[in-house]
Amino acid sequence: MNSCFPIASVVIKELYRRKDFYVLFILTVLITLLFGSVNFFNDDRIARYLKDLCLLLIWIASLVIAVTTTARQIPAERESRTIFPLLAKPVGRGELIAGKFLGCWAACGLSLIVFYFFFGVISASREHTLHWAMYFQAMWLHWICLGIVVAMVLLGSIVFTAPSSNATICLIVIIGIMFAGGHLNGIAIQMRGARGTFVYAIYYLIPHLEWYNDVRDLVVHDWPSIDWLIWAGATVYGLFYSAFLLCITWLLFRRKSLTL
Amino acid sequence: MNSVVEIQDLRVEFPNRDLGRGRGSKVAVDGLNLRVNAGEVFGFLGPNGAGKTTTMNVLLGFVNATSGSASIFGVNVRQPIARKRIGYLPELTYYYKFLNTEELLRFYARIFRIPRHESEQRIDSVLKLVELESARKRLIKTYSKGMQQRVGLAQALINNPDLLILDEPTSGLDPLGRMKVRQIIQRLKEEGKTVFFSSHELGEVETVCDRVAILHEGKLRVEGPVAALVQQYQCDLEHVFLKIVGYQSNPPT
Repeated sequence: MNSCFPIASVVIKELYRRKDFYVLFILTVLITLLFGSVNFFNDDRIARYLKDLCLLLIWIASLVIAVTTTARQIPAERESRTIFPLLAKPVGRGELIAGKFLGCWAACGLSLIVFYFFFGVISASREHTLHWAMYFQAMWLHWICLGIVVAMVLLGSIVFTAPSSNATICLIVIIGIMFAGGHLNGIAIQMRGARGTFVYAIYYLIPHLEWYNDVRDLVVHDWPSIDWLIWAGATVYGLFYSAFLLCITWLLFRRKSLTL
Repeated sequence: MNSVVEIQDLRVEFPNRDLGRGRGSKVAVDGLNLRVNAGEVFGFLGPNGAGKTTTMNVLLGFVNATSGSASIFGVNVRQPIARKRIGYLPELTYYYKFLNTEELLRFYARIFRIPRHESEQRIDSVLKLVELESARKRLIKTYSKGMQQRVGLAQALINNPDLLILDEPTSGLDPLGRMKVRQIIQRLKEEGKTVFFSSHELGEVETVCDRVAILHEGKLRVEGPVAALVQQYQCDLEHVFLKIVGYQSNPPT
């Protein structure tokens, strides 16, 4: 498993040497500052709207970073043929998958630290207070959620050859889960027979990313921090799904031809 | 003499995509028996599609054999540990363009768990060998094709391997680049390394190889010392090769 860390370090290096992260961060900063400089209708809840907007931008930027960074990892290794000298060393295919996952997840984590630092500065400058525990929980659960996303996209990169199609399909699935995932059980109750069972099965099978996204509202409305037991449960849930998706990825990649 | 590579009755079949899944298979390598001894430079020859790269892929664990066995240093090639003492240069690889050569070599050294101080020494020595010392801090994306190929050689040598597997190391290089790669192979031979390489440059093979094997349509057609083959067929290696693969040249009219 020691080979995972060098592989992960290359992924992190790739993140800070490419322009994607900087572009998304600057865009988030500019849009947030632009909206922060305008006082709409003298509304005293403007800070709340600003926090909502900033967090929404952070979620969008982090999803774009996670999906685009992960989607190109394995296809790029195969296309440039660097996968051959890498696997010709004492590195197993499972280690390659684990290394890529760790790298992408850590890269997302580093990006989140920068984004949430900016969010903290904006929030503190407007509200003159900082809810440390809540912010930590929000960032942590956001990161756990990105772990599932990274594992999902890594699986997609084994199934779909082109990174663009993988990224598009994964983004649609992720956004679909975030918007509709929580309502599937309600839909299933209204359906009868096999269709209802099928929708129920999907409800229990998909990773509920919307739970993590809901933490955003808690931060925006300054609600008290989540019970630490629930926080730990959500962490274990996310790690379980990430591990489950990585196992499937490894099973598929084990017998996959290395050439495109 | 100690054998470094040993292949016994190797057979590799791939599903035939033209016929559709499950409808037939294409035999890439058929009943191959081969032995490469320690310290020799072994040329693995054959026309395109003869099964050279497939055999190398089996040795490197990329492809599983349908039947037969292959071992490196007595360890079955399916075990990742078999690759601990080998260096591999694939044909035409475009290394991570966001890294410079030094970072790339440090990355591969970390994979082999070479201690930091030792890896720095190794990086210096391989960069000197492939003559890339002055460009070590430059991003790989700015390198020419010849330089990229030398980066490939450097990464193959980072763990000071006892066996080098080179897949067409001079492919796409200009005469100067080819000469440099040839000189490196000669120097490795002098250091006592075993080199197993495939090439279409038969003049170069004749210069550097101790023994060669010629593969055609997946089957081993001939194997032996270069000098013995040249003497047996009373012509140079290129003509030996052409005779063995059944090429009939028409005299110009």
